[in-house]
Amino acid sequence: MANGIFEVITPGLLTTLQDLGRFGSQYQGIPTAGAMDVTALVIGNRLVQNDPSEVGLEITFYGPKLRVLTDVTVAVTGGNLSPKVDGDPLPMWETVYLRKGSVLSFGPRQWGIRSYLTVSGGVDAEPLLGSKSTDLRSGFGGYQGRAIQKGDLLEGSTLQDENIRSLRFPEELIRKPGQEQEIRVILGPELHHFTNEAVQLFTQATYTISDKMDRMGMRLKGTEINHSEKGPNILTNATPLGAVQIPGDGQPIILLKDRQTAGGYPKIAVTITPDISMLAQMGPGSKLRFKSVSLEEAHQLLEEYQQLMDFRLELIEN
Amino acid sequence: MEIKYVPAGDSALVMYFSEEVDLKTNKFILALWNKVLDKKITGVLEAVPTYCTLCIYYNPAKIRVSQLKEILENMREEIYPDTLEGKTFDIPVVYGSEYGPDLAYVSSAHGLTAKEVVDLHSAPTYHVYMVGFAPGFPYLGGLSEKLFTPRKKTPALGIPAGSVGIGGQQTAVLSVTGPSGWYFIGRTPVKFYDIYREPPILIKPGDKIKFKPITEAEYQKYAGEG
Repeated sequence: MANGIFEVITPGLLTTLQDLGRFGSQYQGIPTAGAMDVTALVIGNRLVQNDPSEVGLEITFYGPKLRVLTDVTVAVTGGNLSPKVDGDPLPMWETVYLRKGSVLSFGPRQWGIRSYLTVSGGVDAEPLLGSKSTDLRSGFGGYQGRAIQKGDLLEGSTLQDENIRSLRFPEELIRKPGQEQEIRVILGPELHHFTNEAVQLFTQATYTISDKMDRMGMRLKGTEINHSEKGPNILTNATPLGAVQIPGDGQPIILLKDRQTAGGYPKIAVTITPDISMLAQMGPGSKLRFKSVSLEEAHQLLEEYQQLMDFRLELIEN
Repeated sequence: MEIKYVPAGDSALVMYFSEEVDLKTNKFILALWNKVLDKKITGVLEAVPTYCTLCIYYNPAKIRVSQLKEILENMREEIYPDTLEGKTFDIPVVYGSEYGPDLAYVSSAHGLTAKEVVDLHSAPTYHVYMVGFAPGFPYLGGLSEKLFTPRKKTPALGIPAGSVGIGGQQTAVLSVTGPSGWYFIGRTPVKFYDIYREPPILIKPGDKIKFKPITEAEYQKYAGEG
């Protein structure tokens, strides 16, 4: 039976419920949404013995303050936003037990911009079109189709916790954004809309993430990318996750989870899946460079990435 | 027809059929899309048809891109676009007044009477080329050239869902309330998108739309029943 797990004392900057995303409805114009950092969500779910596709709380920049209403097993993964319980540091990337009456909060940002709070047994959210993810723009899914607010009550059917083992994921296996982070892409699909010189510049330049960034995408600032005589418009077509569009001003836009399902700017490249989690942890002012890889290399890297998410968790001896 | 296969990242394959909007090509794409959905190919997650392309989202751990291409190449041999079976929807529209505040502008811009605009707009059977931009937003083809109207320089805010508008060479129904640079000449009480309805989206790519002028009283009656 559902009972209260958290009462929201303060909501944080943007805290939404997200799972792996909503697939199969893009042809109807419905975005996938879903966790920006899938790596962190999947590992978080495994740490509390949930199905990897269970919904978790995606916490952005400034975390919420939550009153714990029942004894519950949780994990905090992703970027380090200094999670605390009753003011004491809470270990990340491992199974932790929270006691009824304690308060979970977050402090200064250590690295990354998004943390994930997974709860054993999940948090209640209505599945719509096969997913519990919050669609912020259309206002459905997750918790009442919106980010959590002060006074909200998150409920769930928490499992009886005695049998849940304490597990840990070795955090050193997680790649963190560097000073000038390399983002690997496959060039195309609309390469003919760019001059050869522009494509070369694209993989040599350093770009800075502007403050125009959200779950839909991020606008970059840096070397202008010139279009070929074909120009900056294409007939609207599908926009895959991580696609790098170049609009008329020549400044790249990377499309992320809440992107529209189709768009009319040519795409010079598409980010490889393993590097989406990296982008999810980068904020305004972060610098990046694009590196072109072949489709074969990308598939090899994807296989290695899958192995990382399936990594055997270490048992914590108590 | 020559089809170009281009990878769009590590999990999407785009089929390019042409670079211009063409009804016959789009019908071919939609027939192929239907076939891809029917066949439930292992490793294919979803497929998104657009004016001139079909984007196949796949899981490379389940299917190799070379296998996928081969399956698609075989499928296209079996496509007869004329057999594309879309539904036809009669969409009731109140033209003019507060329901279509830009009817007067569109009429005067083309030197037509309001009635002529309504007749020209409600005469064709429009083909749904694709759905996108917003949930349930149909990209329609078939607007009379006499009604082509360049978009507003500054988009207007808060245009209600159901508004029927013209933007450049296109006409469409806004599926959700929002900003738009189009000129709105009418409104339908039909909900193109309602997430809590089954199915949430009324219209699919390949369907057809016929606009039917109605009175304000009929609109109110329909909206009350809806």
